[in-house]
Amino acid sequence: MLSRLRKLGARAALAGALALSASTATLAQGTLRIGMTASDIPLTTGQTDNGGEGMRFLGYTVYDGLINWDLSSAELASDLVPGLATSWAVDPNDKTKWTFKLRPGVKFHDGSDFSADAVVWNLDKLLKADAPQYDPRQSAQGKTRIPAVASYRVVDPLTVEITTKAPDATLPYQIAWIMMSSPAQWEKLGKSWDAFAKQPSGTGPWKLTLFAPRERAEMVPFKEYWDKDRVPKLDKLVLIPLPEANARTAALRSGQVDWIEAPAPDSVASLKGAGFTIVTNAYPHNWTWHLSRVEGSPWNDVRVRKAANLAIDRDGLKELLGGLAIPAKGFMPPGHQWFGHPTFDVKYDPEAAKKLLAEAGYSPAKPLKLKVAISASGSGQMQPLPMNEFVQQNLADVGIQVDYEVVEWNTLINIWRAGAKADISRGVSAINYSYFIQDPFTGFIRHLQCNFAPPNGTNWGYYCDPAMDKLFEQVRNTFDKAEQTKVLEKIHEKYVDDALFVMITHDVNPRAMSPKVKGFVQAQNWFQDFSKITMATAGR
Amino acid sequence: MLLYILKRLVYVTPVAFGVSVVCFLLVHLAPGDPLSAVLPADATQATIDEMRAAYGFDKPLPVQYLIWLWHVLHGDLGVSIATGRPVLGEVSRAVVNSLILASVATVIGFTFGTLFGFVAGYHRNSLADRAASALSVFGVSVPHYWLGMVLVIVFSATLGWLPPTGAGPDGSGNWRPDFDHLRYLILPAVTMSVIPMGIIARTVRALVADILSQDFVEALRAKGMDERGVFKHVVRNAAPTALAIMGLQLGYLLGGSILVETVFAWPGTGFLLNAAIFQRDLPLLQGSILVLAMFFVALNLLVDVMQTALDPRIERA
Repeated sequence: MLSRLRKLGARAALAGALALSASTATLAQGTLRIGMTASDIPLTTGQTDNGGEGMRFLGYTVYDGLINWDLSSAELASDLVPGLATSWAVDPNDKTKWTFKLRPGVKFHDGSDFSADAVVWNLDKLLKADAPQYDPRQSAQGKTRIPAVASYRVVDPLTVEITTKAPDATLPYQIAWIMMSSPAQWEKLGKSWDAFAKQPSGTGPWKLTLFAPRERAEMVPFKEYWDKDRVPKLDKLVLIPLPEANARTAALRSGQVDWIEAPAPDSVASLKGAGFTIVTNAYPHNWTWHLSRVEGSPWNDVRVRKAANLAIDRDGLKELLGGLAIPAKGFMPPGHQWFGHPTFDVKYDPEAAKKLLAEAGYSPAKPLKLKVAISASGSGQMQPLPMNEFVQQNLADVGIQVDYEVVEWNTLINIWRAGAKADISRGVSAINYSYFIQDPFTGFIRHLQCNFAPPNGTNWGYYCDPAMDKLFEQVRNTFDKAEQTKVLEKIHEKYVDDALFVMITHDVNPRAMSPKVKGFVQAQNWFQDFSKITMATAGR
Repeated sequence: MLLYILKRLVYVTPVAFGVSVVCFLLVHLAPGDPLSAVLPADATQATIDEMRAAYGFDKPLPVQYLIWLWHVLHGDLGVSIATGRPVLGEVSRAVVNSLILASVATVIGFTFGTLFGFVAGYHRNSLADRAASALSVFGVSVPHYWLGMVLVIVFSATLGWLPPTGAGPDGSGNWRPDFDHLRYLILPAVTMSVIPMGIIARTVRALVADILSQDFVEALRAKGMDERGVFKHVVRNAAPTALAIMGLQLGYLLGGSILVETVFAWPGTGFLLNAAIFQRDLPLLQGSILVLAMFFVALNLLVDVMQTALDPRIERA
């Protein structure tokens, strides 16, 4: 009798469990497997390599910065939010001194406490070549991200002071690049960054559990993560390097991965047809021609710059890219918080372009002849060859005849660093370059500040305008966020109204994923949050 | 025989030295900066200079070569710029994976190539000959990365029978001889076997046809030897050349499989070379090329010795 009752009870429990599971059948926590475009797992020690993709997958997952990006909205361009620092403020009497108040009770994955000492230790890891924990590989990735930092010190266990070389209100954006690794774990692993790479420890929402170089990285949720809203829902996150676009697509189609970065544009329609989801959004990226402003450059005439901007059929270009582009209306994507109200309307108006060129002394019969450096491929470069051929045709129609110097991507990077006057630039009057434009420095200052002309920086075209420099100084000296945004709007207005670049298009960072992937919000940012994602059991 | 092997080893030494110079220089003379891919694009000149000094790229080229050679002779191929891991470890693991893939592809290619070659050679101008020749022409001319993509579309994406990428289900990159891992090997091995199959089939067909038309075959038949006995003679005469072709093909498969290994994300030397080229990782590129070149040299030596063992006339010549 007792055993029969037990069986009945067991059946009832099973039925209840089945009913419960049926009600939640569509969403299990599951494993998300991502095919990355990188050819290796990015550096796992904290400051990652592989640019934005490295930070996206092994920076803001395993680690946190003192300041993080708000990645919760798909509708708004993302902004900075408190991370391991709950607040930060500049000293009103000395605008070079910043105080960061740290979040109490935060633990690293290894169980050690996060503190002000850890912050200083991490900054030494990047900036102090004689510190025992100095890591040249992380330093090479991180040092250039915090050019303003002069010194730093512990004030108390939960307060750090950072001093900048000069007043610089863009410091919070710089600090958001710097990831905090665990000093205790590094000590425990024999003070070896190679050992740390295999068993890293940060404070981030994910813990790395497997690191197979060039093959795979696996992460599980860090249940004790300080931000309870961002404790991951998935059981596991797997990263697989698949640098070849067709291999990534095949892996997705066959169910070997659930998500791929950057599907080949010509595979998008068939992926959609096969039931896969293509997710896109605006993000701080642009695809431009960076113009030479050295003596004798035809781009020194604003009529020529405006004419080139008016000659390009951006909607046609978008069609060429299967709809995966946002036609440029300025240097920042339309709707960006720094867009402002420029008066020059960046649009397709070949007649207006011809008129401006005629004023400048050119016509289709007597064309302006130019040489432009482009690459055949490259990170963020979209589809540079067909896109530039399209632009070339558009410009030819109004009287600008372009010849291309096609170089390999790394060579184009070297040309960009060397500047328009260098021999390596081969006398071109523009280079086609796609930019990461996420903060005031990467977005505006580095391209056009007078003293960032090579070899001191990446003002490739040697543009120099005291009025623009004044605005850059104002950004650095405006510590009120709303006021700073107003200055950034003014800068963007000048970028557009003076047609300082040939502004062509913005990428939409397409990702293809199985319909099983639920809850992903594609932030308007180079980085993304994987915490809210779940995997459905039903579907493909 | 021993003297012959020693002689060959002496000949190999200057070849190996030449190979090391060429592979060092080729990589250095290519355009671009080795640190471009690993530093942030807007790295300052000071950071670039610091890294150049750390990797020794600031020294004159001959000095760099001597330092590199000294380390190579001591079994140290340096450290990868991109990953910071020892090149020797990276290359060794990749060589093992490529050897597995190339061996299986060679076995498939050699088996079917020889079979087609013999059938075509024995039955010249027949339907079987035409079919075998058509297959071998297809094998030689089809771009194998394209064939790989077609196979992936059919067998992975459409039918879902075989996995399209990687070396195994656990993603560790270490292939093991079991059914789960074998499934990952089939598509890349079949894709890669197509070229050696075509080449071997064409060579064997020509050899067999030539041997069959020679007087000694007529003499053997006239002496009353049955066709099995004649076949043995044909095989023995065709073997040294077929072996040499196969040896070369194995070498090509090891070094020239960049596209196939990339399409299938097979973690071998081709995949590694692709990554090294893409990242302009000089130490990794030099190490991989050197190991592959040395492998080629060793394979040629081995083929020479085996040919001599099979046909002693070669040694006398």
